[in-house]
Amino acid sequence: MHARNPGTPLTVDWFDRVQVNRPATERRANTLTTRRSVKKQFQAAWLVNAITCTDLTTLAGDDTDARVERLCAKARRPLADHIVEGLGLPDMPKTGAVCVYPTMVATAKHALSNSGIPVASVATGFPAGLMPLDMRLAEIRYAVDQGADEIDIVITRAHVFNANWTALYDEIAAMREACGAAHMKAILATGELTTLSNVYAASMVAMQAGADFIKTSTGKEPVNATLPVSLTMVRALRDYGDRTGYKIGFKPAGGIKTAKDAIAWQILMKEELGRDWLRGDLFRFGASSMLGDIERQLEHYVTGRYAASHRHAIA
Amino acid sequence: MPTVTEALNTMDYGPAPESTGHAMDWLKSRGFGHFINGKFISGSETFASINPATGEELAQVAQGTAADIDTAVKAARKAASGWAALSGHQRARHLYALARLMQKRERLFAVLETLDNGKPIRESRDIDVPLAVRHFYHHAGWAELAEVEFPDHRPHGVCGQIIPWNFPLLMLSWKIAPALAAGNTVVLKPAEQTPLTALLFAELCIEAGLPKGVVNIVTGDGTAGAALVEHAGVDKIAFTGSTEVGRKIRHATAGTEKALTLELGGKSPFIVFAEADLDAAIEGVVDAIWFNQGEVCCAGSRILVQESVSEQFTNRLKARMKTLRVGDPLDKSTDIGAVVDQIQRQRICSIVDDAVAQGAVLHQAPAYEGKGSFVSPGLLTGLGAANIANSEEIFGPIVTLMTFRTPNEAVELANNTRYGLAASIWTENITTALDIAAQVKAGIVWVNGTNMFDANAPFGGMRESGFGREGAREGMLAYLAPAAPKGAARKAVDAPSALPEAGSGDAIDRTRKLYIGGAQKRADSGYSYAVAGAQVPLGNRKDIRNAVEAADKAGKWSGVTGHNRAQVLYFLAENLNARAAEFAKQVGEAETQAAIARAFYWAAWADKFDGRVHSTQSAHVTLAMKEPFGVMGVICPEEAPLLGFVSTILPAIAMGNRVIAVPSQANPLPALDLYQVLDTSDVPGGVVNIITGPRAELAETLAKHDGVAALWAFADPAICESAKAQSAGNLKPVWAESQERDWQGAEGQSQDFLHHAVQIKTIWVPYGA
Repeated sequence: MHARNPGTPLTVDWFDRVQVNRPATERRANTLTTRRSVKKQFQAAWLVNAITCTDLTTLAGDDTDARVERLCAKARRPLADHIVEGLGLPDMPKTGAVCVYPTMVATAKHALSNSGIPVASVATGFPAGLMPLDMRLAEIRYAVDQGADEIDIVITRAHVFNANWTALYDEIAAMREACGAAHMKAILATGELTTLSNVYAASMVAMQAGADFIKTSTGKEPVNATLPVSLTMVRALRDYGDRTGYKIGFKPAGGIKTAKDAIAWQILMKEELGRDWLRGDLFRFGASSMLGDIERQLEHYVTGRYAASHRHAIA
Repeated sequence: MPTVTEALNTMDYGPAPESTGHAMDWLKSRGFGHFINGKFISGSETFASINPATGEELAQVAQGTAADIDTAVKAARKAASGWAALSGHQRARHLYALARLMQKRERLFAVLETLDNGKPIRESRDIDVPLAVRHFYHHAGWAELAEVEFPDHRPHGVCGQIIPWNFPLLMLSWKIAPALAAGNTVVLKPAEQTPLTALLFAELCIEAGLPKGVVNIVTGDGTAGAALVEHAGVDKIAFTGSTEVGRKIRHATAGTEKALTLELGGKSPFIVFAEADLDAAIEGVVDAIWFNQGEVCCAGSRILVQESVSEQFTNRLKARMKTLRVGDPLDKSTDIGAVVDQIQRQRICSIVDDAVAQGAVLHQAPAYEGKGSFVSPGLLTGLGAANIANSEEIFGPIVTLMTFRTPNEAVELANNTRYGLAASIWTENITTALDIAAQVKAGIVWVNGTNMFDANAPFGGMRESGFGREGAREGMLAYLAPAAPKGAARKAVDAPSALPEAGSGDAIDRTRKLYIGGAQKRADSGYSYAVAGAQVPLGNRKDIRNAVEAADKAGKWSGVTGHNRAQVLYFLAENLNARAAEFAKQVGEAETQAAIARAFYWAAWADKFDGRVHSTQSAHVTLAMKEPFGVMGVICPEEAPLLGFVSTILPAIAMGNRVIAVPSQANPLPALDLYQVLDTSDVPGGVVNIITGPRAELAETLAKHDGVAALWAFADPAICESAKAQSAGNLKPVWAESQERDWQGAEGQSQDFLHHAVQIKTIWVPYGA
């Protein structure tokens, strides 16, 4: 395990002159997945790895205890037994975490007891974050009290638009303090920040304020995780690491639905950051339906037959 | 093979080989010969085409002989009239059919290309083949539109085309598609290292029902290429390859009427400003020099990075180099495959060794252990502009890095080369980007990008990177001939004598001098020669040298607006008019009035010969700017001593060039009298320089002068030949015409003058907020 990021004072000159060129970033993102290919048992391994890096998520208005329990059951047993056996894995893999709303933390915690799977909770007025700061901090404390191991906070987008870096830094630093021992993932809502230079700056402020992970999206924005945005964020965390020596995690979330996406993002992590960022302590997918597609692909790998989703347990 | 659990521990990519099954079946099922007149004909001798990644033989192919070339040229000649007589629409159907068939065989082409050349399958699959197909589609369009869009043009006839081994199929398509669209027939010689995709293409020509003899392909080495260049039945030569061979071809074709376009080597700068997106620029280097093993004529092979970010940039580049994967080109996760053969590998290594011996520091990834000809990516630092790695084209995955302090210094370093093919500029400041784009000597400029290509973007070089453009409207013009002048063949004039001749002088002496840098200068020789009624200076090579220096210093003229230049030309017309009576005494009223009208005509064009914005890829602005050459030599016609002079000098300077003019030798007086008009018309000193004297000798000196960027010769065949042959030194484009023009009529002010007065600079600007 790596040492936890303590943050740094706000240091604007680490980011305020950085300009990210969108067409060039898109070019790199587009060719990442055409430059690398994983086949056969390597592909199977990469898909299993993706499961272990997945925050299996439900963040819907109609969530209930029963729904969350079902999700947790899937997190414990993400693959059918015959697939695990066919892959020759020693144990049933587990997802990286389960991610829920604060009021569902206790349920999830109970459902995941003795599994070793952490519970992540969104907080701070997710997804818009437009609540008074003290209420947002109180929400973090509530979730931590309920047993959350990880807190996914959202930032105030307005601070980025106004280049009010001090306000942004202070807010995130306060949230980090409220998290205590729970790891904090800072959601930048990149689909709303829109420019890649904004994304870079917000990433850097979040890390300076002590984020353990930076995360792309809430899943509720018009555009969620994309490879160009992810590339910008992982380059920011690389730069932060170069300056401070601390390793920061990355979580793309929203719109990641297929096994192909799982491979694509892992290629990005391996190419830009290396092997360490293919482990759950530094890399998570925020996803719900991706797991089902991965299970289908793995079944095909094991049996040579194309699978149907109704034959796999749903989350 | 490891288990899933083992793979899960390492998270390696693992092997991902492209299947070669169909390609090997194709190779085994064919006996390869030349493709002539719609049939495959076996050659007398054969040689092996080798897979450079393994050293194994892929196939035996025929070694073309002069006799094979002759058969092919005759077949092309026989087919030429029929092909040219087809309607544009009918030719379009053929080109469209070829495009469709290529697309249907895209993977076979990609695998074959990788087997034969060693390039990664990703590149042949995602770049080479799609671009080749796009080229045929684009030119199916030009075939359809040629009659309307290029009136008064005709195809050259038979085109001899010689292509290199770095992009075998793509270069084939760049050559064949426009030639056919314009109505020419072709004899193509692929490189001996990589003939296979051309032979597959030949099969498609049969499948597509292309008329026999329209496309002929003769395989073989340089001797077959030389036979093609020298064949009297060829009307045009198009060559892509080394500058060295380009020079030989320039020499070999000098004494003929063959049209010529050359796309040669490069040593292209890759300029990174401090305010650039450095990560974007790092990936740019990957796409520049670590694309196609660096075997790319337009590769950004000289990184110039601003001092304030050079350390950061260099460190990141070294880190990025480590994640490049060198290896089996058929593996889908390979970035760098094999270079084309062992000879090329040795050549690359030898230049790198020399560079290091000259003081450069080499940073290179570990060598790849493979049977084939592999070279690991490398970066050379700590070297000056004089290091061999900065002056010689390496044509391998090795890039040099130097620093600069200011934009001016970046331009100075960028242009400190014999070449002028491409340049890549990295800055988030559009003002800086366009300023540098305007100043670099390069046919293609990429802003925040590199190695972007499209069938509708003109591609080609300046300086020793060649002349002529491929792609787009400009590329079509390279395969079309404008109406030739219909006048008589020009006759040679004897060199003038420096000795006094009886009855040649004025009754009252009037001194005429050379005109250099806006001043009247005595001839360096100290001699004069006699013409009817006067003595004129006997210019020599030193006068030419001085005139070129003066023209070089007058660079501001190229930067002023077209409107400014128009005003100067109108003023010149006005002053010529004021002295019309005086000129009429020398050349007659008609010629004088025509000269005044001609000045108006070219003044009118000065601000109207616009560039274009080409439609290429979405979210890209692709500009084709028309730039003056800079310093030009003009051997003015003997005929029409005033009108011929005015008609050739004015379009050149209207487009922003500065000229060294050699007027009519027998009657230089109107031109010499014109310098007083130039003086009074605000033509800046050095923009027009006039050197009288022995035109053959002066033309040769201009042709040989490396500071002269383009040369026009309206002269007898011997001077035309000499101008072309001697121009091979710096490979300046030469427009040589040995038929007299009707200077009074339309021929005297054709569009050809404009086209020959500018070179295209294609600037790519991708955008996105």
